[in-house]
Amino acid sequence: MEWETVIGLEIHAQLQTRSKIFSGAATAYGAAPNTQACAVDLGLPGVLPVLNKEAVRMAAKFGLAIGATVAHRSIFARKNYFYPDLPKGYQISQYELPIVAGGKVQIELEDGTHKTIGVTRAHLEEDAGKSLHEDFHGMTGIDLNRAGTPLLEIVSEPDMRSAQEAVAYMKKIHSLVRYLEICDGNMQEGSFRCDANVSVRPKGQREFGTRAELKNINSFRFVEKAINIEVERQIDILESGGKVVQETRLYDADNNQTRAMRSKEEAMDYRYFPDPDLLPVALDDAFLNTVRASLPELPDAKRRRFIETFAVSEYDAGILTSSRELADYFERTLDAGGSAKLAANWIITELSGALNRAGLELGASPVTPQQLGGMIKRIDDNTISGKIAKQVFEAMWGGAGDADEIIENQGLRQVTDSGAIEVLIDEIIAANPQQVEQYRAGKEKVFGFFVGQVMKASKGKANPQQLNDLLRKKLQ
Amino acid sequence: MSLSRADVERIAHLARLQIDDESIPDYARNLSNILELVEQMSAVDTSQVTPMAHPLDTVQRLREDVVTEDNQREHFQQHAPSVENGLYLVPKVIE
Repeated sequence: MEWETVIGLEIHAQLQTRSKIFSGAATAYGAAPNTQACAVDLGLPGVLPVLNKEAVRMAAKFGLAIGATVAHRSIFARKNYFYPDLPKGYQISQYELPIVAGGKVQIELEDGTHKTIGVTRAHLEEDAGKSLHEDFHGMTGIDLNRAGTPLLEIVSEPDMRSAQEAVAYMKKIHSLVRYLEICDGNMQEGSFRCDANVSVRPKGQREFGTRAELKNINSFRFVEKAINIEVERQIDILESGGKVVQETRLYDADNNQTRAMRSKEEAMDYRYFPDPDLLPVALDDAFLNTVRASLPELPDAKRRRFIETFAVSEYDAGILTSSRELADYFERTLDAGGSAKLAANWIITELSGALNRAGLELGASPVTPQQLGGMIKRIDDNTISGKIAKQVFEAMWGGAGDADEIIENQGLRQVTDSGAIEVLIDEIIAANPQQVEQYRAGKEKVFGFFVGQVMKASKGKANPQQLNDLLRKKLQ
Repeated sequence: MSLSRADVERIAHLARLQIDDESIPDYARNLSNILELVEQMSAVDTSQVTPMAHPLDTVQRLREDVVTEDNQREHFQQHAPSVENGLYLVPKVIE
């Protein structure tokens, strides 16, 4: 039988506010345990939550960016369950009337086609603390620094039909929250996390199969692997006549398998009810208009503009707009006045390659966009060749200054004086009579030998086009 | 709607409440009465009424995003039964 996979994702994005969603404690990552957990975060008796305006603004920003409805009125609810890293015994979340409902995003698939994925809702909630299960004399250690950090939970429609689509969607949301500057997207630190609801059904069937929820798959690669392995597991069960059980499963990356985490009947009864400690959140048009006015140019629009304005290829535009930092770097490089096509190539291949090798983020690049732009301008105006440019780039990377300084100091200016190139050609021809004969006898391959020799004699600085033309003439 | 013994046991478990076996029928009767009251209220036509999320007819005030809390870990941890390296220690939880 042919099976169809159905996937919906729940993405948790930590909002990059300074303070927590309901308290004035700091949210900075990596502080000593429990030094950023105040009385509200600890759930001590008599405290009251007060909602962070910035968290609300960020959620609204996301909603407007995906064309969703941002609710004029939304409410907070208590989600009740017991776990030691949740001191109150409930998580403040949203259930009925979330702040964002009904948006969509476009993903691009590997074959270049586009697909629209629906976003059912996005709601505000507080993060829990962290449980450390290393051995504390048979006890569990609890760090509540993370408790109360604002989260935006983004729930998709079950619109994805393969692990690849799920990854494309996750990457899209990841890029979007970073463009919007509402989440740093750091998956290692857990700022951006994903659960996947996965089911299979016979192809052509309308009803969904029974789903399993895969928890906390925290890299793009693991999302793909976890979904694929879970799909295989479910198909095996169904094909051997069994039934998929609705349950929460954990992906074990070391063994590449998913395993049951907790039984459903106990864990899933959250008994939601409106939180009496919090009043309904009312957002008026003035607030929403201010947020709308603060929206940056979004990836899709930027990509179209790059293609239309700078004539870069669709593929290059896709890479350049994959993050806001990269797109900004590209545009700042162009400020120096060089060609967009060259700038795109240099950023995508040489710069990205060098950053990868050095294990650096773009923000820490030793070569500034102004420097790269300055160098590209010198390729454009024939001061240096593309080959010499690699040498200049390396020198800039090593901190030797701007392109013009390096070209001047190291004497890398391209030789475009025909007379000077001719002198070199004459010398090489005179020194290699045998090869000249071979060439004239029709051995075309020898031409490359001459190009190499002359280029070497010029220390790589002869203008390649001129060299070719002049050599061709002289060898006739 | 009438709650069974098993319903009561389940609700008690979810709320982490320990209840005596012999008091279960009482709980079942009392809780069922509450549900019956709710059912009676359900008979009222509320199609024209906006659902109420809070009895106060006002809206949430928002806080500026400013860090106002200092580290008071030592103070808070005086009340904890067991701490180590700044962590609160609790009976082992395994998933």
